Amino acid sequence: MTPRQPLSALRVLRAPRATRSNALHAGAWWLWALGLATAASRTTNPLLLALIIAVTAYVVAARRTDAPWARGYGAFLKIALAVLVIRLFFAVFLGSPIPGTTVLFTLPEVPLPDWAQGVRIGGRVTAEGLVFALRDGLKLATMLVCVGAANALASPARLLKSLPAALYEAGMAVVVAMTFAPHLIADVRRLRAARRLRGRDDKGIRAVLRIGLPVLEGALERSVALAASMDARGYGRTARVPPAVRRTTAALTLGGLLGVCAGTYGLLAAQGAALGLPVLLLGLAAALGGLWLGGRRAVRSRYRPDRWGTRAWLVSASGAAVGAAVAWAASRLPEALDPPPVPLTAPELPLWPAAAVLAGLLPAFVAPVPAPRTETDAGSVSRTGQTPPAKETTRA
Amino acid sequence: MIRFDQVSVTYGDGAAPVVHGVDLTVPEGELVLVVGPSGVGKSTLLGTVSGLVPHFTGGTLHGRVTVDGRDTREHRPRELADVVGTVGQDPLAHFVTDTVEDELAYGMECLGLPPDTMRRRVEETLDLLGLADLRDRPVAALSGGQMQRVAIGSVLTTHPKVLVLDEPTSALDPAAAEEVLAVLQRLVHDLGTTVLMAEHRLERVVQYADQVLLLPAPGAAPVLGEPAEVMALSPVRPPVVALGRLAGWSPLPLSVRDARRRAAGLRERLDALEPPAERDGSGGSGGSGSPGGAGGEPLAEVSSLTVRRGRITALEEVDLTVRPGETIALMGRNGAGKSTLLNTLVGMYEPARGTVRLGGASGAVPHRTRPSELLRRVGLVPQDPRDLLYADTVAAECAGADRDADAEPGTCRALVSTLLPDVHDDTHPRDLSEGQRLALALAVVLTAAPPLLLLDEPTRGLDYAAKERLTGVLRALADDGHAVVLATHDVELAAELARRVVILADGEIVADGPSTEVVTSSPAFAPQTAKILAPRRWLTVGQVRTALEEAGVSV
Repeated sequence: MTPRQPLSALRVLRAPRATRSNALHAGAWWLWALGLATAASRTTNPLLLALIIAVTAYVVAARRTDAPWARGYGAFLKIALAVLVIRLFFAVFLGSPIPGTTVLFTLPEVPLPDWAQGVRIGGRVTAEGLVFALRDGLKLATMLVCVGAANALASPARLLKSLPAALYEAGMAVVVAMTFAPHLIADVRRLRAARRLRGRDDKGIRAVLRIGLPVLEGALERSVALAASMDARGYGRTARVPPAVRRTTAALTLGGLLGVCAGTYGLLAAQGAALGLPVLLLGLAAALGGLWLGGRRAVRSRYRPDRWGTRAWLVSASGAAVGAAVAWAASRLPEALDPPPVPLTAPELPLWPAAAVLAGLLPAFVAPVPAPRTETDAGSVSRTGQTPPAKETTRA
Repeated sequence: MIRFDQVSVTYGDGAAPVVHGVDLTVPEGELVLVVGPSGVGKSTLLGTVSGLVPHFTGGTLHGRVTVDGRDTREHRPRELADVVGTVGQDPLAHFVTDTVEDELAYGMECLGLPPDTMRRRVEETLDLLGLADLRDRPVAALSGGQMQRVAIGSVLTTHPKVLVLDEPTSALDPAAAEEVLAVLQRLVHDLGTTVLMAEHRLERVVQYADQVLLLPAPGAAPVLGEPAEVMALSPVRPPVVALGRLAGWSPLPLSVRDARRRAAGLRERLDALEPPAERDGSGGSGGSGSPGGAGGEPLAEVSSLTVRRGRITALEEVDLTVRPGETIALMGRNGAGKSTLLNTLVGMYEPARGTVRLGGASGAVPHRTRPSELLRRVGLVPQDPRDLLYADTVAAECAGADRDADAEPGTCRALVSTLLPDVHDDTHPRDLSEGQRLALALAVVLTAAPPLLLLDEPTRGLDYAAKERLTGVLRALADDGHAVVLATHDVELAAELARRVVILADGEIVADGPSTEVVTSSPAFAPQTAKILAPRRWLTVGQVRTALEEAGVSV
C-alpha cells in the first residue's frame, strides 16, 4: 500500500488492513454491542438513543466486510422501525397510562363491559402519551439496532469457533439454520419471479403464499443434501470415552443445571438468600465441569481461531465503558436520562453521558480495516458477476 | 482400493434392485469413469462407496463394499471421511461454512487434525487448485467453476485415498470444466488418488479415464474395461467415438488428437463433398447479422440494452434481433450475462438503458406487460425446471397450465403425451428424471403457444438420448415457425441445433453470426467433429453421416 516510512507512534496505532490472522475476535464485537445495548436500556432520552444508533451506524459503515451476514444491518434497522410504529399504534388505539392534558384528537371509544376494566379501545390521544410511547419504542428499537450491528460485524461461524467443544454440535445447527434463512429468501424471490413465466401475477401476498409449498420442498431437499455432505465429511465423529466418564459428564451437567436453578430461586425468593449464592456457584462449577468433560468426546480441532488481542480488549472495553457510564449516569441524573413525560418538554442532551456514548466510536479507529469491497459481491446471491481469473480466459 | 462384492441395492418401495450384481475391483491410483443412461443407478453406485447408501439414503444393500479395507456396512459415512472424499452435483449444497478458507479446513477440523497440519494443508490445497486469491471470499459469491474447485479442495485437504465425484463438470462452461479436469488429472498423477467419477458429458472426460465402468441398463450387470473397448459397446458415446464408429476406426479414438491422426482418410473422402453448413452459409455468411433462412417480422428486438443488477452491469449495449424460424444459441462463460438476457426478454429485469420489444415496432415491452398477456408472446424454461412446477401431479400441472393460458382443456396434456409418451397422470413432478421434468416444463410453456421460446441451460443433467429427443422437439418447433433462443454451455448441442450463435462476454456481445463461422473460429466453442475435420466446416456426426450416405460413398 503506502511506501515504508520510519515508524512513528501514530503509525503503530493506526488500524491495520484486516487479514485472517489479525481479525478481531467475534466475541469482542458482541461485547461492544451488548455494552451499547445496556446503555440504551438505561435511558429514554431520544437524543441519547439517536446518538447510540448513530454510533453503531458509523462503526458498521467503517468496519463492515462484504460477507453475506454483513448485509443484515439494514434489515435490523427496518425491524427497529417496525417496532417503533407498532408501539405508537398501540399507544393511539389502546390508550396510554400517562395522564396527559394536551389532547391531540379523540377517537370513538368502544364501550367495554365491566370485567374489562382498565382496558380501553379508542378514546383520547394525548401528546404526552404519544411522546412516552415514542421514547419507549425508541429504547427497544435502539437495543435491536445494537444487536444488528454485532450481527453485521461479527461472523456467526467465527463466534462458533469460540464455543466449548461440547456445545459445538448444537452451535453448528444454529449456524446452519442462520445461513438457511438467506437461501430461503432467495428461493422465494426466484419462484415468485418464475410465476410470471406461467402467466400468473408475481406481485402481492397471494403470489408469495402460493409458492409456499415448492419453496419448502426445495428447502427440505437442500437440507437433506447438506446433511449428507456434512456426514460424509466427518461431522459428528466422536472419540471413544470410557463409560464412567460419560456417566460422570451426564451427572455433572444435570446436577449443575439443577443447582443453578435452585440457587437462582434461592437468590430471588424472599427467604434463603444466604443459601442461594453458594448453591448457585456450586451448580455453575458442576455444569462447567460437565461441559469440560463432555468436550473430551469431541475429536474436533480448530482451524485458525480468532485470537483475543489488544484490539479486541479495546473494542470490548469501549462498549463496556459506554454501558457502565450510562448506567451510572442513570442513577445520578435520572431527570436527564429518563425525562418525565408530563409536562411536555423538549429533551436536553446531557453533556457528559453523550460524551461517554461517543466512546463507543473507538472500534471505528482501532479495529482492523476490512479489505476494499469488490464490485462483484454487491447484490446477488447468484453465481453471476464473478469474472473468472485470467487463466481461464487464456486457456479458452 | 475399492472392492465391490456381489453388490446390489434396493430402495424401500422399489421392487427391482437399482444396482445389481456389481462385482469388481477398482485398483489404486486409477481414474474410473462411470457411464450409462440416466436413471441407471450411477449415483447410487457412487453413494455405496462413501457409505451414504444405505446409511443415509435408506434402502437395502446386499453384498459388501470395502474401501481401503473398511467395510461400509460397519462404517458410517463419518467414519469413512478420512478415506473417501465425496463431491455431489451441486457444490452449493456441499458447503457447510461461509468462506473458502474455512470450507477447506472443515473436513480436517472434523477429523481433529492438529492446527499446524491444517494450516499447511490449506495452503498446499489453495496452491494446487489455484484458489489462493479467493481464500477470504464468501463461497456464495464464487463463479460455478470456482465453486466446484473449492468443493473438490474441501475434500482433498483430508488426503482421502478415494475421491468420488458425481457430475463435476455438468454445470460448468467448457473452460471451467477443463480447469476442474486438469486438477483431477494432477491428483491422479501426482498424489495417486483413486478417482471414481460419473459424468454425462463424456466428450469432456472420456479421454482422461484409465478405465470405464459401463452400466448399460437399470439392474443389468456392469462392464469394466479399457475406455476404447467399453465405448464400442456403450449406448452413450461422445461425438468423437460416434465418428470413430462411423468411420470404422479400431481401436476407437477417445480424444480429438487421436481422431485427427486417424482422420486423414476420412478427410480425403469428405473433400469432394460440401458440408451443409457451407451450403447454407454461402447465402448469409457475408453479413454478421441475420443468416439466411429466417425472415418476416422480428419476434423480439433488443437495442442497446443495458441491465444492472445491484452494482454489477450484467448487460452492456446489447443488440439482438430474433426472427421467426431462427434457432439461436447464446454462449459464453458462467456469469457472462446469458441468463440475464433471457430473463430481461420475459420482463424480470427492467432495462437501465435501451429497449426491448416483443413482436415488431408496436410490440409489447416485457417488464410493463401483464404476465397473462406476456405468456402468449414469449415462454421461458428456466435453468431449474422445478421453478415452473407447483402442482403435486402431472395432471394437475397440466390443468393449471391450460387455465393460465386460457387454452382448451387437454392442450397441455396432449403436448406432454407427445414429448413424454410414458408418463402417468398421477406422477409427482419431483419424481420425474431431469429430462422428463424439462419436457414437462416445456409442455407447460408451450401450452400458450408463444412464438418465441427461450431455454436456459436445457441440457444440464441430460443423457445423450434425452438430448437427442430434445433436439428433435426443438427442431420441429423451429420448422413450425417458432423462434428458439437457448443459453447453453454445451457446444455439441449448439452445433447440432443452432443456425446462429451469439457469444457473450462480461455482458457484451463479442460474436454474432452463423454457427459455422462463430463456432469453428474458436477452439473453446468448437464441437469435437469440427475440431477433427478442420479446416472443413463439418459440425456434427449426423452431417457427416448424411453427406456420406447421399454421396453413396461407403465408409
